[in-house]
Amino acid sequence: MNENGDRMSIIVQTIASILFPLALIFSFYVIMHGHLTPGGGFQGGAIGASAVALLIVAFGAKYVEGKMEEENLSIFESLGGLVFVIVSILGFFLAATFLTNFLVGEPLFGIIPAWGEAPLNSGGVLPILNLAVGMKVIGGLASVVLILAIASKEGEK
Amino acid sequence: MNLMEHLPALIIAIPLITAFLTPLVDRASKKARNVLVFISLLITFILVVLLVQRVFDKGIITYVMGASNPTETIPKQAAVPIRIVLEIDGLSAFMLLISIFISFIGLIYSFAHIKEGGGRFYTLFLLMVVGMIGMELTGDLFNLFVFLEILSISSAALIAFEFKRATTIEAGIKYIIISSISALFVLFAVGLFYGEYDLLNMAAIANEIGGALSHIDKIALILLFSAFAMKAGIAPMHMWMPDAYGEAPGAISMVLIATTQASLYALLRVCFTIYNEALHVVFPIALILLGLASIFIGVTMALLQDDIKRLIAYAAVAEVGYIVLAIGAGLYGFLGGGDKFASLEMWKVALKGGIFHIFNDVLDIGLLFLVAGGIIYVTKERSLNKLGGLAHSMKYSSILFLIGLAAVAGLPPMNGFASKIIIYESIYGVSPILSIVAILASIVMLAIFVKIFHAIFTGPKLAEHGEVPKYMLASMIVLAGLIIFFGLFPDIVLKNLVNPAVNALMEYGKYISAVMG
Repeated sequence: MNENGDRMSIIVQTIASILFPLALIFSFYVIMHGHLTPGGGFQGGAIGASAVALLIVAFGAKYVEGKMEEENLSIFESLGGLVFVIVSILGFFLAATFLTNFLVGEPLFGIIPAWGEAPLNSGGVLPILNLAVGMKVIGGLASVVLILAIASKEGEK
Repeated sequence: MNLMEHLPALIIAIPLITAFLTPLVDRASKKARNVLVFISLLITFILVVLLVQRVFDKGIITYVMGASNPTETIPKQAAVPIRIVLEIDGLSAFMLLISIFISFIGLIYSFAHIKEGGGRFYTLFLLMVVGMIGMELTGDLFNLFVFLEILSISSAALIAFEFKRATTIEAGIKYIIISSISALFVLFAVGLFYGEYDLLNMAAIANEIGGALSHIDKIALILLFSAFAMKAGIAPMHMWMPDAYGEAPGAISMVLIATTQASLYALLRVCFTIYNEALHVVFPIALILLGLASIFIGVTMALLQDDIKRLIAYAAVAEVGYIVLAIGAGLYGFLGGGDKFASLEMWKVALKGGIFHIFNDVLDIGLLFLVAGGIIYVTKERSLNKLGGLAHSMKYSSILFLIGLAAVAGLPPMNGFASKIIIYESIYGVSPILSIVAILASIVMLAIFVKIFHAIFTGPKLAEHGEVPKYMLASMIVLAGLIIFFGLFPDIVLKNLVNPAVNALMEYGKYISAVMG
């Protein structure tokens, strides 16, 4: 540990702040392409949480906790869960049963080609559900990492 | 859109959506959060009652997630069920009713003693309810595993919720280790089935097995059997139960009994529905022996305890033993073991006693746990050596405890007597020794509970205490009322709830044809 508390050197901090938005973009890419390519909500969410872990390593848990409070992450997580259940319930209000893909055939999301490469706006409700899972995983995993980092720092003292 | 058709999905969705809303509402107002959780569980309770009514009227109900029609179990493009199917028969209906009722009582009780961190507590509580009722609703083996995991993780967190002592954390960790091992067993078995048949639906797998077991089926059977026996706390795998029940907050100890019974339900589903007549007769014999071991270990270990909740937890192990003993005897006759026993159809009676005892166990032990939780809440003391003279200040609690102990020991006007007498009579047909051990264990249980009643409630007044809070008292009185009601009129429950459950277990063909057509 150096004079900056639990922060690492200025080089690491700079690189981390450059990489953080890139990692988030990659996370978002994996989440939104969940219905087309390998990966999906969980995998993309784990990438997003690892971006937060990168910040914790570079800047220290205290600083990151000050910037994004654990409570906010919990709310983010709850919102993800809510979106998932609400979209599932809409399935039987708008179509047939719970979890029905009611956006299939709609112009914005529902274009499903018969075979071959599909555009991003295919898959009906799947991208929305993937996004919900992604929100839940980012929120949940990031708050777990944050709490563990803070708890282990307090344990050292 | 006919809302009645969507009941199974709504029963899962409403507690789930409230679980995610709770942390958000908790930031605004604590009172609003309590009202929200209460209303959502009340609605779920009403929906479960409607669903159970529907099952008894119309027979088995299936609900297919994401299909164009809720009852389209096999899609037109495929020859097998590929979607998640929820399937509710008499047994699931019976278990659902128990689970949601106990959760509701537990929720009312918890309003009295959950002060800090309520947002997290109620989120976890609702997730536990979702896991429990999900296990009883689903007709899909992988779905069962998912709900088992939801249940395990949320209950492990709830067991360690009030972490004042190191043993609380130990209990939580023990529980999560046991749960992970059994969940992995289940996942492995699901993988084996999927590799062999390309199927995950329980009815479809039962249809494929159809009386002849391959080696893979046998491996999967052992895995599922041991995993659910472990989660249900049957004798050699009972060691997590005293810790978990003993350390959990008051209301959770009671709801945990209902969660172990959800695992027992899964065990029944595996034995009676998936494998049914292909099961080797060694499994019911194993169940009978494990049940005897549970009774013996539970009663003898309860003698040694001086912690009030651990003592009741060991009594709970013994009560699970009674259920397993009766169900084992029922399964033994179901497979045609014991000529006279099978020909007299005493096994149906044994099965009835076992299923009825599931309800009675959770009411009796649940009431004792609630009273014990109230005593610990008021006196901050859990050692029998330091408690005493509480009947002076806690009149109602002492009477309720007396009712609970009479019910657990199987004394006549209580419900425990109603189911235990059926069990004693019917298992006599398998072997008289079983009945003798069961009766003797009940007598020892009575002796233990008289001893702790004496230790806690009688004697000179040691310190000034008030009565327990009114939410606690209300939930205890509901349970005590049901205990006496079921004891006086056992026929009402036997006829309306237990008989359909037993019939559902025996008529596995209907469960299969409800999905396979």
